[in-house]
Parts: sequence; structure tokens; C-alpha cells
Amino acid sequence: MATPTLDSPVKQIQIEGLVVLKMIKHYQEEGQGSEVVQGVLLGLVVEDRLEITNCFPFPQHTEDDADFDEVQYQMEMMRSLRHVNIDHLHVGWYQSTYYGSFVSRALLDSQFSYQHAIEESVVLIYDPIKTAQGSLSLKAYRLTPKLMEICKEKDFSAEGLKKAMIGFEHMFEEVPIVIKNSHLINVLMWELEEKCTVADKHELLNLSSSNHLEKSLQLLMDRVDDMSQDIVKYNTYSRNLSKQQQQKHQYIQRRQQENAQRQTRGETPLPEEDVSKMFKPPQPPPRMDTLLIAGQINNYCQNVKEFTSQNLGKLFMAEALQGHNS
Amino acid sequence: MDVTVEGMLSSSPSLFFNRLMSVYGPVVKIHPVVLASIGDSYERRNEGASRVIGTLLGTIDKHSVEVTNCFSVPHNESEDEVAVDMEFAKNMYELHKRVSPSEVIVGWYATGFEITEHSVLIHEYYSREATNPIHLTMDTALQSGKMNIRAYLSAQMGVLGKTVGVMFTPLSVKYKYYDTERIGIDLLERTRDAPNTTNGLTSDLCQVGGAAGRVQDMLATVLTYIEDVLSGKQTADNSVGRYLMDLVNKVPKITAEDFETMLNSNINDLLMVTYLSNLTQAQIALNEKIVVL
Repeated sequence: MATPTLDSPVKQIQIEGLVVLKMIKHYQEEGQGSEVVQGVLLGLVVEDRLEITNCFPFPQHTEDDADFDEVQYQMEMMRSLRHVNIDHLHVGWYQSTYYGSFVSRALLDSQFSYQHAIEESVVLIYDPIKTAQGSLSLKAYRLTPKLMEICKEKDFSAEGLKKAMIGFEHMFEEVPIVIKNSHLINVLMWELEEKCTVADKHELLNLSSSNHLEKSLQLLMDRVDDMSQDIVKYNTYSRNLSKQQQQKHQYIQRRQQENAQRQTRGETPLPEEDVSKMFKPPQPPPRMDTLLIAGQINNYCQNVKEFTSQNLGKLFMAEALQGHNS
Repeated sequence: MDVTVEGMLSSSPSLFFNRLMSVYGPVVKIHPVVLASIGDSYERRNEGASRVIGTLLGTIDKHSVEVTNCFSVPHNESEDEVAVDMEFAKNMYELHKRVSPSEVIVGWYATGFEITEHSVLIHEYYSREATNPIHLTMDTALQSGKMNIRAYLSAQMGVLGKTVGVMFTPLSVKYKYYDTERIGIDLLERTRDAPNTTNGLTSDLCQVGGAAGRVQDMLATVLTYIEDVLSGKQTADNSVGRYLMDLVNKVPKITAEDFETMLNSNINDLLMVTYLSNLTQAQIALNEKIVVL
């Protein structure tokens, strides 16, 4: 899913600690359950780096006032932030994810509209469950130029995708993230470390894995089911298509035979009917969904492999310690 | 953290009160995101402004006030007068309420070391917005070498019938973290230790190695302490001894065979899942190629 291209305008992302803290807090307070929380990233572009200096959250879509104007909220927020000298340049958006399931049509559309308007924008995916297991999980993605082309044409048919030679690995590209803090914030960190009495919990060294594995496998199974349904659809389509081709050929042959017979008998040949109108070709199924599902499956598999490699390491460590004792 | 009485008295009288006076009023629990926000808005202040102020949002409990969010409010301050953009504050509060409807205004903050007369005026405004607002100061100019983060509550003082003044009584400040916040802060702390103050997010096995390294360091500290006590260099402390006994007792006693079976079954599970995910990835790659044919 992550093939870095060298010709993209953004090669690295620099995030301030404040943005990280705000995203964590937003999810913690408003995002319990499998609801995704979203927000806007603000910052500026410096050479080939995208610096993200601030962010603000978006209210949930499950509001009962249907006349809630998102655009207006955004405009007002950015205007107000400009008054206090916060960078008001829109550079992307962030979203939380549940066990890594974020490859969806909605994400694609949003990111496409962002990237179309602002070339350097990115989507930051924050995984709170992985973070709770011990290490901050934050990834930045952009759409590859190839995918941008396709979205612009809105041509999601099989021929279009075949022409562009897009595989599920070429949909998104991952941009490396670097965290940078100003010196004042660093001083604050020193102070907090001194004063804070929260004990270290070491979740990273936790040995239990079955819960996480179960959920990941469940999601993977669901996606694989979707995929197989899609494949069945595609198979039926190609079978129908080939059957139709056969029927067409047979019809044309019969026609020619009849015409030949009539000619020998001296009658006028039957008019050539429009064959294509008689045999309407079936609709090819859209390939975009398949691509998305494949991308999502790939993502799940990557996550599972990362998780298992960590756990294997921990298990071997435990074995070494136990061997030491006995 | 050993501060002598002379040290306390010499630094500042309010610090003295903080340590010795029994604190009356709610405990203030601050989340780190608030402090980072204040620092950031101080860095972005307008030319000529010596301090920034803003509103604190959070939730109020019976005995504590939890501050979870904040935003800065533009204001102008000169020798004689102070002007705060109230419209802006109200607007921002409305916008924030849309996202987190459970947060209310609990007070306001100001950077700087002292409480000035202007603060009294601003505090009055905020008491109209919230009952009993708290006032938080953070010394971003590091006047005393430390970033004194303190909270105050205002109280009326004076003789009845005559001029009434306002006194700011200090409150005790605690820091509250969500679990994920603590992990974020850990990462930020590691960032600050890196040479050029930047840090990439490391890959998985390195993180486990790092965590194991940290535990190893902690064990080394404990071991040096124990050796010192045994050799008589340090007097034994009973409570520490009890903690040590708890620690040793917590290690579960498992027979070697049981441990082997547990280990093997876990490893089998993990290997199977890895195999399945590799298989799935190969499958979808194959599917792609076939479709494109």
C-alpha cells in the first residue's frame, strides 16, 4: 500500500507535539466506540516539507440539526484562529481508525477533493487502539498521481483501470512523519516529567495478544467475504459476456446460412439486422470497489504481520527470562 | 524534591503558601494538551504584547475542576487599560461546544509571573461566564528558571462596608493524563532528547527493544539500591522492602512444561496468523493480475 514516489511535492511531514496531543484528546473524549472522529489540519509548506502546526476537530455528523453547515463552521473557525496568529492554511485532514479499516470510498473522495484543491494535502490516520498498546500509531497518506488521474476522469470501469495499470499497492503513498517541538514546549516537557506522578505502565511489554488478533482476523474475514462476492460477480459477468458472444456468432452464422440457402432458391436475402441491438452486452461490474477492498485487505495483513512480529519478539524474551530462572 | 524552609521563603511568598497552607478549594487537574496550547499561543503572540490570555474549558466535579481544552483570546493591554475581545471569546466557545458539548468554561489563563490589576478586571468578566472561575498562570518567560504553573481562585477580602478587595488564593494543581496521552507525552519526551530535536516514529520491534531497555534500566537502579543497603551504605527503608517483596512474589511460579506448552501454543497461533495473512496478500495480488489480463 505504500510505494514512495520520488516525484511527489511532499517528501516529509513535520508535526508539532501540540497537534498529536489534540488528536489524542479528541478521540479520547468524543470517539469511544467505533465512530471515527475527524478534523482539519493547519500548517504551511516549506520546500518539500509539509509542516503541520495546529489542528481543530470537526463535530460529528450525527447531529440532529440537519441545517448544520460544515463549511460555515470551518470558515468561522479559521477566521477566528487567524486573529490569534495561528496558521490558517488548510493542509489536510485527520481521521481516527478502528483496527486499521480506513480504506473506503468516502476517504478516497474526501482526499481527492482535498488534493485537487491543495496539492500538498495529506490525510493523517491515527490508530488509537494500536497507540493504547504502547506506541503512537500515526500514518500520513496521499493519493498517487495515477489515482488522481483516474478520479479526475471519474472513469472507474475495468478498461479505465487497466489502462492506468493501477494495482491496490499504487493507490496510496505513505509519507514519513517527523515530530518536532519548539524549545518552549521542550521546557514544558521537562517540567511535566518532574512533576507528574503517573506511573509507567509498560503496555508495550504486554504478552496477551489473542483479543487483538481475534478482532483483526474477524475484520479480515469480513473483507475477504466481500472480496469473494465481488469475484463471483465478476465471474458471472465474464461468463455472461462469453455466452453472449457465442450466441452472437451463432446467430450471425445462421443468418449467413439462411441467406446462402435463399440465394440458391432465388429469393431475396433477409436484411442484415443490427446484431448489437439484439444482444445487448451486460454491464461490466465496477472495479473500484474491488480495488478498495484489496487495498483494505492488504492493510489488515500488514497490521497483523507487524503485530505478530512484535509478539514473537516478546515471547522469545519471556522464554529467555524463564530459562534463566529455571 | 527536598526543599528547605529557607529555600521556600527566599523564592517567593506565594510559593511558601502553596506548600504549607492547607488548600481551600477544588483541586485543579490539567491535561498536557492545555499547557502545550498555552505555550504555542505565547509563541505566536502579537508584537509588543507581553502576555497572552485565553479561556479554559473543562468539566467541574464536586471537589475538582478538570481542564481539558483551551483557546486564546486576543487582547490589548497597556499601562492604564485592558481590552479583551469578548465577541471572539463567545464565538469560539460556541464553536468548541459543537464538537464537545460537555465542556464548559471553567476559567481563564494568562502567561506571566504575577497577577496584575488588569487580571482582576478580566477575572470579573469571567465570573459572569462561569461560577467561580479559576485563574491559571504559566510563566513562559521562565523568570525564576522554572515554568511555574499555578492556579488561583478569587475571594473577596476586606472589611465589610469599606472598600472590598479581591485576593487570589492558590489551589493545588495536579496533572491528569489519559493513557493514550501518556504514550503521546512519552514520545514527545523522547523527541526532545534526540540531538536535533526531531524524531521519526520507530518501527515495531525497535519499540519493544526500547521498552525492554527501559525496564532493564529500572531493574539496574533497584539492584544498586539493594547492594548499597546490603553493604551498609544506605539505611534500609521498610516500605521499599515491602515493595520489593511484592515484586518478587508477583513473578508467577510455573513449571517448565507448562511454560513450554503455553509458549509453543502462542507461537503457533502467531505463526499461523502470519501464514494466513501472507497467503491472503498473495491471493489478492494474483487476483489483480488475472483481472488485468
